[in-house]
Amino acid sequence: MIEIKNLSKTFRTTAGTVEALKNISLTVNDGDIYGIIGMSGAGKSTLVRCINMLERPTEGAVLMDGQDLGALTQKELRKVRRDVTMIFQGFNLLMQKTCLRNICFPLELAGVKKEEAKKRAMELLEIVGLPDKAGSYPAQLSGGQQQRIAIARALATQPKVLLCDEATSALDPKTTHDILELLKDINERLGITIIIITHQMSVVEEICNRVAILDGGVVAEEGEVSEVFANPQSDAAKRLVFPDGEEEVVPVHPGERVLRVVFNGAMAAGAPLITQMAIDEKIAANILYASTKCLGDKVYGNMLLGLPEEEETVQRAIRYLTKGGNVLVTEVKENVQ
Amino acid sequence: MFNKMFSPENVAEALTILKEEVPFALWETTYATLLATAFAILLGLPFGILLVVGEKDGVLPLPKGVMYVLNVVINLLRSVPFLLLMILAFPLTRVILGTTVGTAASIVPLVIAAFPFVARLVESSLREINPNIIEMAQSMGASPMQIIVKVMLPESIPSLISNFTIAITTILGYTAMSGTIGGGGLGKIAINYGYHRYKYLVMLIAVIILIVLVQVFQSVGTKLAVKLDRRVKH
Repeated sequence: MIEIKNLSKTFRTTAGTVEALKNISLTVNDGDIYGIIGMSGAGKSTLVRCINMLERPTEGAVLMDGQDLGALTQKELRKVRRDVTMIFQGFNLLMQKTCLRNICFPLELAGVKKEEAKKRAMELLEIVGLPDKAGSYPAQLSGGQQQRIAIARALATQPKVLLCDEATSALDPKTTHDILELLKDINERLGITIIIITHQMSVVEEICNRVAILDGGVVAEEGEVSEVFANPQSDAAKRLVFPDGEEEVVPVHPGERVLRVVFNGAMAAGAPLITQMAIDEKIAANILYASTKCLGDKVYGNMLLGLPEEEETVQRAIRYLTKGGNVLVTEVKENVQ
Repeated sequence: MFNKMFSPENVAEALTILKEEVPFALWETTYATLLATAFAILLGLPFGILLVVGEKDGVLPLPKGVMYVLNVVINLLRSVPFLLLMILAFPLTRVILGTTVGTAASIVPLVIAAFPFVARLVESSLREINPNIIEMAQSMGASPMQIIVKVMLPESIPSLISNFTIAITTILGYTAMSGTIGGGGLGKIAINYGYHRYKYLVMLIAVIILIVLVQVFQSVGTKLAVKLDRRVKH
């Protein structure tokens, strides 16, 4: 378990001080795939570097299984870093070494015997699906293949935690998907906790179970991915979940009442809820805005319905919509957001 | 002055010198150059590494004062013209070798002149390394020494070889210069016959041999650098 407690990081530059992170507190449980998402400059990369102390926090602490990493000596810290490894946006492979030697690298650092390291590296090449690339140099591989080698390297010391710093940002959508599948597989098969730094909502959506939204150096929102996606509370979260800007697309007619319908894991299969309401209750709802996503067989998301202004109709609609469970309905009074 | 350069007696004399003295001079020049380069790298490499890793944001930050002295000393040695440095180095040469004359004796000032240059070349090679690679090594728990030995040096091998090739051709030039004040080799032949005794043909021959030597060193170095660079897809 990783606990980040009241962590702040201030950089001193010639142009003055920059507060990159302000009082961050997060808990990542064992086995989580934890997403940390935010726009450029939100402080994501600094935060992930504070977790393995590549950046020393100015204030606050990072506890790994109760151990305060900030209190360790350089030597002890180097040992801990075998348990918390990292992959990067630019892969950062050693370009003058073969893939096999790249994977052996952390083992070499740890003083593992050459033969043993080689054996382990071959197993890892198998895990990441590139058993025939042992003797190739990184320059001979594609971006996706290079990231696989980097993942194999990060797994070499059998870490408990894998930090991914924008690991898929340099890859095309198909390759991104493949790499995410691999990470998910590693999480499930080897039980490694994964922390993913990204600016891509789709990455979080695809594999994370929990997410923290970072905005201007603070945690704007944190929780289960499904909850945050279904019902984002903070402005930063709304910006990420509704990148097109929800507000602008909603015209409110005079005399119309507006309901926000939040689907939080409602069964999507075979339930065209709004149409069914029109048939069963004879309420013709005007869909002002909808952003729903199916994760598995469940639907998450958010819809704005325009209804006639009679109180009775509105109440009937609310009763009907909430009947099935996992649907939250609230009336939006003014300034639809 | 040059019109009698190719007169029969001049040509005959030059041929005799070519046969009797040039082979040994070539050998002297080559071994002085190679030995001086080897020592210059031996000394210059650690200094070059210190210049990079010892910086404030480096892998192994050193006290500001140490870095300042290091930079001043290197700049100082680099600013003294080689010929004067050689004279200034006479006492040291005498302590080390007991003499200031001859090819072996010229190696001492050659190394003193060349190692600060090599240190700067090594510095520039190591600065080419992608800082993200260093960060990667740190994130994997590498110690500063491991980063230097297992990451910085191996990753910059092609660049180091290119720069060492520059060093060797420069040192070859210094070797020839050392011929004017007691050093041996092709430089001595060119000065003694060509300058002091107006035998320009001998000088010409010595210069041509030096040109060929530079070409050989340069093309071997370039080929090696390309061959050992794994970033090239081959």
